Amino acid sequence: MSDQPILKVEKLTQIYPTAAGPITVLHEVSFALGAGESLAIVGPSGSGKTTLLGLCAGLDRPSGGDVAIAGRSIGGLSEDERAKVRNEQVGFVFQNFQLIPTLTALENVLVPLELRGESGREPEARALLARVGLGAREAHYPIQLSGGEQQRVALARAFINAPKILFCDEPTGNLDGATSHAMVDLIFGLNKELGTTLVLVTHDPELAKKCGRVLRLRDGRVVEDSEVRTGLTG
Amino acid sequence: MNFVLKMAWRDSRMARRRLVLFSLSIVLGVTALVAIGSFSANLQRAIDDQSKALLGADLAVSSRSAPTPEADAFLAGLDGERAGEITFSSMVVFPSADNQTRLVTVRGIEGGYPFYGDVKTSPAGGYARLAQGDVVVVEETLMKQFGLKAGDPLKLGEKVFTIAGGLEQLPGDSAAVATLSPRVLVARSALAETGLLGRGSLVRYRAYFKFAPGFDVERFVEQKRERFRELRLGVDTVEERRKELGQALQNVQGFLSLVGFVALVLGAIGVASAIHVYVRQKITTVAVLRCLGASAWQSFAVYLVQGLALGLLGALAGAAVGVMVQLALPSLVKGLLPFDVEFFVSWAAVGRGLVAGVMVGGLFTLLPLLAVRRVSPLVAIRSAFAERTGGDPLRWGVYVGIVAAVTGFAMWQTQHWTWGLGFTAALLVSFGVLAAAARGVAWAARRFMPKRLPYVWRQGVANLHRPNNRTVLLLLSLGLGTFLLLTLTLTRETLLSQIRTSEDGARPNLLFFDIQDDQFEPLKVLLAAQGVPEQASAPIVTMRLLSLKGRTVTELLKDDTVHIPTWTLRREYRSTYRGELSNTETVTAGRFVGRVTDADTVIPISVEEGLAKDMQLGLGDAVEFDVQGVPMKARVESLRRVDWKRMSPNFFVVFPEGVLEAAPKFFVVAAKAADATESARVQQAVVSAFPNVSALDLALVIKTLDGIFSKVQFVVQFMSLFTVATGVIVLVGAVLTGRFQRVRETVLLRTLGASQAQLMQIQLVEYAVLGVLGALVGGVLAYVANAALAVWVFKAPVILPAMPLAGAVVVVTGLTVATGWLSGRGITRQPPLEVLRQES
Repeated sequence: MSDQPILKVEKLTQIYPTAAGPITVLHEVSFALGAGESLAIVGPSGSGKTTLLGLCAGLDRPSGGDVAIAGRSIGGLSEDERAKVRNEQVGFVFQNFQLIPTLTALENVLVPLELRGESGREPEARALLARVGLGAREAHYPIQLSGGEQQRVALARAFINAPKILFCDEPTGNLDGATSHAMVDLIFGLNKELGTTLVLVTHDPELAKKCGRVLRLRDGRVVEDSEVRTGLTG
Repeated sequence: MNFVLKMAWRDSRMARRRLVLFSLSIVLGVTALVAIGSFSANLQRAIDDQSKALLGADLAVSSRSAPTPEADAFLAGLDGERAGEITFSSMVVFPSADNQTRLVTVRGIEGGYPFYGDVKTSPAGGYARLAQGDVVVVEETLMKQFGLKAGDPLKLGEKVFTIAGGLEQLPGDSAAVATLSPRVLVARSALAETGLLGRGSLVRYRAYFKFAPGFDVERFVEQKRERFRELRLGVDTVEERRKELGQALQNVQGFLSLVGFVALVLGAIGVASAIHVYVRQKITTVAVLRCLGASAWQSFAVYLVQGLALGLLGALAGAAVGVMVQLALPSLVKGLLPFDVEFFVSWAAVGRGLVAGVMVGGLFTLLPLLAVRRVSPLVAIRSAFAERTGGDPLRWGVYVGIVAAVTGFAMWQTQHWTWGLGFTAALLVSFGVLAAAARGVAWAARRFMPKRLPYVWRQGVANLHRPNNRTVLLLLSLGLGTFLLLTLTLTRETLLSQIRTSEDGARPNLLFFDIQDDQFEPLKVLLAAQGVPEQASAPIVTMRLLSLKGRTVTELLKDDTVHIPTWTLRREYRSTYRGELSNTETVTAGRFVGRVTDADTVIPISVEEGLAKDMQLGLGDAVEFDVQGVPMKARVESLRRVDWKRMSPNFFVVFPEGVLEAAPKFFVVAAKAADATESARVQQAVVSAFPNVSALDLALVIKTLDGIFSKVQFVVQFMSLFTVATGVIVLVGAVLTGRFQRVRETVLLRTLGASQAQLMQIQLVEYAVLGVLGALVGGVLAYVANAALAVWVFKAPVILPAMPLAGAVVVVTGLTVATGWLSGRGITRQPPLEVLRQES
């Protein structure tokens, strides 16, 4: 583990108001992850996994506590400032792929760079697509790709901005067994290759076991924080 | 910015056809604005280019009586070429057309009038032959109506003329004005032989002048304005005519532009509604962009660019179509204009149309687009999060912007801030009522749906209130179109019914005037012999006003602080005397005095209340008349309300008996003819026996007015059709967006075994209900608007004819169902899987 944590979560609490009164979805969750480390967030449905992932990635504001990415607290940042942090430091892989349906595979991969105003980076995007085995499908639209192919495009998009941390929300949840294995190999391969910190939410114990650390949630509280292995995953 | 433009372009790929369809909604609004604006520029240039021909001279001086020697000397002293004209109404007889008769305006011309512009006749050269003395030029429409041709005879008074040709165009005159009373041109010198002059006819005198080039007519008129007033001469210059026409043009353009603008606003609402659906389908994409680091502004800008491009596209297409429509406009208003119009495209008008289209389209599009800013990136991982709730101050800002833009446009077009505000208020009320009605309908559909109705009916009606329903938008577009067209129809009916009521029953429908003292009794005998006895008659004595409340007319005319209309001071009054009120009059103030015995005292007179208001006269006020050289002091003893619509001898001022009997006078007689044939026969008999007597036929008046209303209504209806057509486009757009929204549900129903017929019936029920309701709500609004116009503007009884509403319901429902069926038919025909694949 390096000295400076890439992701530091302190007493993170999330409370949602409802008609029946406020509901505490996350209760003072704390942990830290160093560069290249991997963490699996597991737990039953409704335990707060996705909420925790969203807060870690700066997709929402916590009711209490703080999140710091690469040493920078994002709790006090505005929505647009957090978007900038996401663009520069964070990569995403979603359960339902979330490719933009109107863009080709190549264009989807390029979006994070184009958002920064960077142009002329097509060769890198093509290389990444080739790396995930889709070199020949760059001009295809999401609707023309299978689920596994779409998820691989999503992975290429997640790595195009060389993120310090990659968030994966059930990355294999919509894939069949074989495709799922290939996807997991890709995620961990790139994670190792590029030294990216990895946080993934999963129901799959096998996938969780591949991470260096497992955080088990129940009713918004951490009930287990175990290190599967020490050091880098792999 | 680069990303925004690139993303906007790429993101639109899959939906471009749909987006182009959305943009069509504003096409017709912009078309209307560009066509009207550009055509008005054509007219304005024509007015500027042909301004001298608008008057036919540099200066026209008019008088309602023969100029006094003093006035004549003054006119003779003007340093310019002079021509003259006298105008009066008279009957003419067409011997070659079975001696049929017609009331016309005779214009006796002398000198070289017109100095500018050409008189067009058919065959050409007819006007030049007037100088021969025994020929006339007759209104072309009259020639056609009576089947006349050049060379046919025409009897005017006691003289028979030869028709030299049909009059097509006379500088300064519009054919529309001539429709009211067709023109017959004749050499003034030839009128003496007709025996018509000097026999009580109301003659208008005009002198025309042409000055040397460089002469400043405006300055001259300004310097001599006092003198003209003293001599009771009216003046008209090229500049004044140009201004009057320009102002009239501005008013008409403003009105028609507003009608077109309604189409634009309706279209913009259609675009906004379609964008609303479009944006809802893009929420996940926005959330993903936000996850990938797009700022709220960037993701909003992606769709704003699409929205603006849509507006620009619609506006550009509208401008192009507008230029084409402009080509059609001259033929629509043919006959209404007193000059030729040369076609050119006014780029300023095109620019204004484009700006209006993009601005209004853009503002309305902003409303649904604002939601994009508030899409949470969490939607990408958890679909329950859509957008942040709570008030959005920017939304209110956009509302204010829309109201300001609409009001600003209306003020700019009408040049009156009150009219601009009135237009916006009327639009808001109409939209508000229609939207409220739509919400009421949706609520009622949910609350009162009978459970026993067949499934397709329940499903179809339920579509009115279910999520993503199009009820408000469709009722707005259908209701607004119905409202506009029906209001026009009803207004026309109101105006015509006002006149038609006078046609009913035993009321007079023929009015004979200019009857000389010695002709009165023989005429009554003739009428009785013809089987149409006199029903009412009145003597008429001409007089002029000398003073009002102790101040002379000359003083009053000079005093700029006095706000009494000039015409009331300068006109020749044609007053009567009688012992009692007629059945068209009621006293509203004071006491009607029917007889005086001592003619030397101040005479108690009765004044029509409208005129009294204009002249600021009240009971007891002193008025002095010059009765053909004899000054006569009078006092306002009573005020009367007069039903002017009734074809009866009606007067502004009524004297008591015992004063005017000895004055030179003539008579007016009202009679009732059973039908058109009898009317024509009686008129022929009267004109044959008394050539100077003129007849006004109520049936002809109604027919003439109907013709003019039709022409005007056609132009306004043409503009309103843009709104109706926009409504249809919005309807198609709404059906298609509804289709995108409901496709999964339809497919599910198909999967569960619904037949194609059932799905179609569900749609038809929904659109039939919407069509009926749209027509009814729009119809009720139109009846209310027409009632308001009748009461406050036309001062006419409110009419509630059932037929127009029934017609509107049938037409609008048919149109809605047909459009709904045509736009939605593909969806029920295809297999569920294929549809799902296409629409996903």
